[in-house]
Parts: sequence; structure tokens; C-alpha cells
Amino acid sequence: MRELLRDAEHLIRLGLLFAAGLLVFLVVRAQLVPAGFGELGHFRAGAIGANQEREPRFAGRAACAECHGEPAESLAAGGHAAISCESCHGALAAHAAEPAEIPGFAATARALCVQCHAMNRARPAGHPQVEPVSHAEGAACTDCHDAHAPGL
Amino acid sequence: MHTLPAVEGFMYPNEMELQWSVLIVLYPFLTGLVAGAFILASLQRVFKVQAVAPTYRLSLLTALAFLLVAPLPLQLHLGHPERSFEMFLTPHRSSAMAMFGFVYLWYLLAVLVIEIWLEYRPYLVGRARATTGATRLFYRALTLGSENLSPRSLEIDDRVGRFVTVIGIPSAFLLHGYVGFIFGSVKANPWWSTPLMPIVFLFSAIVSGIAAVLLIYLFYTWAKRIPLDMPCLDTMAKYLYYAFLVDFALELLDLVHRVYEADESFHTLDFMVKTRLYGSQLVGQIFLGTLVPLGMLALTQLVALSERARKGLYAGAAALTLVGIFLMRWNVVIGGQLFSKSFLGYTTYKMEFATREGLLPAILVMLLPLAVLWALVRLLPPMAATPPETEAR
Repeated sequence: MRELLRDAEHLIRLGLLFAAGLLVFLVVRAQLVPAGFGELGHFRAGAIGANQEREPRFAGRAACAECHGEPAESLAAGGHAAISCESCHGALAAHAAEPAEIPGFAATARALCVQCHAMNRARPAGHPQVEPVSHAEGAACTDCHDAHAPGL
Repeated sequence: MHTLPAVEGFMYPNEMELQWSVLIVLYPFLTGLVAGAFILASLQRVFKVQAVAPTYRLSLLTALAFLLVAPLPLQLHLGHPERSFEMFLTPHRSSAMAMFGFVYLWYLLAVLVIEIWLEYRPYLVGRARATTGATRLFYRALTLGSENLSPRSLEIDDRVGRFVTVIGIPSAFLLHGYVGFIFGSVKANPWWSTPLMPIVFLFSAIVSGIAAVLLIYLFYTWAKRIPLDMPCLDTMAKYLYYAFLVDFALELLDLVHRVYEADESFHTLDFMVKTRLYGSQLVGQIFLGTLVPLGMLALTQLVALSERARKGLYAGAAALTLVGIFLMRWNVVIGGQLFSKSFLGYTTYKMEFATREGLLPAILVMLLPLAVLWALVRLLPPMAATPPETEAR
């Protein structure tokens, strides 16, 4: 037995080295894994609070309607009722908080409309679609269409 | 007319841009080389194929060099160097991807490092005895302070080494089967979701590992002016040929199954293979990367050729094989993201160049294991003579 221990000494040393490595790993792990990790799942529980503390960038439809009542009403009545104001006008929480200082965004660019209305055979058949290059040759869509109550 | 030139038909917004880049192509390629090189090494150790003995150590060092670099593409892809290493610290059973830390560390520490250390122990002890100063200190540290090379201790090493290799084979299968499983288990993606995926990945890993070690062995003997062991090269090429045949048969089985089953995704995938993947899959992977090298290897098996001609054919076949296996990874990873899950549209992969996930870092990550291997070979020469006191072994 003693001889075996002597001849396997290097393996015992290797085992001890691994044990030491494991110990270092566990200590380092305990130091590096953030507090609250695993409390609610395989993530840092504090991340939820940290996300909640971030300022929202979207104001929401109700905030828009406070000042822009007419377009909001016409939007709610028309074919674009399911689309939120900020889908076209951009994230405007800052504008809603300080309307005088921070300007809103008039959504007139053709690029916005063709995201949904460019001709694409993969779209449902009844969906209004145009060829963006030839249709009304470069004029703003809003020259002829009311985006809040779509139609001609 | 489309407003987005790279997109054809209908794509959901989150499908237009590919999230898994060329770095994620490299990851299975690198781990495949690790598993393949290790399995080649185990041919000699466990299955007693003595003809490949000259490449035993080189295979192990190749596996280690590639394994050390294997997580790098993942970490580059993740970004956030301040926290991407946490994938090693907090592995978890909840998802296949979260298990990476377990699989990787097990294979690196419980298999490769121990096997290499046991194999090189006589050499390390010999160097620690024969050198002075810092070199001696370095090699003495690597011996862990034990210079016992008695016949009994070497016999123990041999037994433990064989045991580690026996564990190592399923571990190598686990490592690469796991990588295939990550793709094969994505049930929302019909290009990936097949139970054959881990097996196909595994066999292609063996193929790429043998091809890589064959090329490295050719280069090493040429660079070091060491006589090449032709029976060894012939045996490696034979195993490469057999493994490649099995791999190709499995891929064909997958293909035939898909064509015959022709489920709702079939037309979309068929169109993709014939258009967007035409170059990389039909021409690159299947013709240049599989049929041509298989033909070259078959030629060496069927016709008696001169040594010079065989060497040329082996080198050519191995290089094309590596290209083919790389393209196989490419077609799986990139191909799986090119079509819409609505089956109504396709997007395009635009590779960047000098960005975090661009071509340049991919080339560097691919070259890095070779640099690591160069350093390892200098520290632990694979062809070093056995120290005199261990000749009895």
C-alpha cells in the first residue's frame, strides 16, 4: 500500500491541484456572480428593478390624445385604428413631457408607408399595396391620403 | 419591387438581419476539429491501431490547441467582455446552451489536460532533470514536483491514461453531439430540427479532425525535416475515407428523408438550396468538399500509386475536406437563418469585415489555434525521443 502511494504520488499531487483549482473556481465564482442571481430564475433578480427604473421612451396613445385630440379621434375611427401614434411618429415620451421644448415629428416620409404598403405577393390579397417607384412618382403619400383615416 | 433589397418575399421583422454570424459558423467547426483529433488519438490508445501511433501526441496537442480557442468565437459574438465569461461560471441544466460550461470544462480538464499530462510526464521529468535555470523551473512546475518514473508508476500512468481515454471517447462524442443537439433541438426551425443533427455533426467532426491532423502531420514532418511515416499516413487516409463515407451516407439519409417526407417547409428549403445556398452547399459542400475528396481518397484505395502521388492526393483531399466541412457548418448556421418561418420569404447574410463579428476576427480566430499549437509543439515536442530511463515502457 505504501509503495502504491509512493508510485501514485504524482497522481495525488494532480488530484490536490485539481481540488485547489476547484476551490479557487468556487471562490472566484462566489465573488463574480452578482448578488440576487438565481433568486427568481437563472438571471440576476435585480435586473427587473433596474429595467423598471429606466425612463420609458414611448408616451402611449392616451398621452398623445391629450393635446392632439382631433387626429387621435380620426385615427381611432379609421382603418389604422390598430396602429399606435408612435408607430409612425416615433418614440415621443420626451415630447409628451415637455411639448414646448421638444418638438414632435411629422410623419410624411414615403418610406414609412411603404413598409406596409409596398407591393409584396406574400401580403394578404385584400391589403392595399402599390408599386413605390411608379405610384404617384415621388409625391408625399400624405398629399393625397390621410394617414389617420386612410383612403383617398 | 422591394423596399429592402436584401429581402425577398415576406420576412418577419426579427428575421431580416442574421443574429448568428460567421463566428457561430466557426464554433462548431473548431469543436469538431477538437473531437475529431481526439478520436484519432484514441484509435491508437484504446483501439490499438498502432499504425497511427506517430500522430498520437500531435492529435492530442491539436485537440488542446483548438479547444482552448473554441469558446472565443462565442465570447466575441456575445460581446460584453466584462461578463461574457459568466457562461463558464453559471452553467445550468435549464437549456442546452446554458450547459456549455459543464461540457467544455469537463472535456478540457477531466479528459484532455490529464491525458496529455500523463503522456508527457516522462518527457517533462527528463527535461526538468536535463535543463537549468528558468527552463528547469518551468518543467519542474509541470511535473508538479514529482520525478518518479519507476516502472510501477509508469504502469499506473498507462492504466489511468487508458481509463481517461475510455471516458474521453464518449466525452468527445458528447462535446460535438452537444453542438449538433443545440441546432437539432430547435423545433421551430425545419432546416435544423432533426434528431440526425448530432450524429451528422459528430461524424463530420471525426472527418474534419482526421483531415486536420493529417495536414498538420504532413506540414510538421516537412517543416522539421523528419522522415514521414508513410504507413501512418496511409492508415489515416483510410480512416478519413471510411469516416467520410459514413458521414456522407448520413447526410444523404437526411436529404432523402427530407425529400421523401416533403413536409410543409420542403419547398421553401428546396428553393433556398437551389438559389441562395447553391454555391456554398451544392457546389462547395457537396461537390468540391465531399465528392471530389471522396473520389481522390477512393483512388488511393483502389489503385496502386507512388508514395509521392498518394501524399499529394491525401493532402489535396484533406484540404478540400476541411473546406467542405467548414461549408457544412456554414450552410447549417447561415442557411437556417436565411428563410422566413412564414415560409414566404428569404433574407441575405451580409458579412462585415473589420467589426466584432466580421470576416477579419473570424480569420484571426481560425489562425489562433495554429499559433497555440505552434507554441504547444515547441514546449511539448510530439516526436521527442523517450528519455532513456523509460525505454522499458
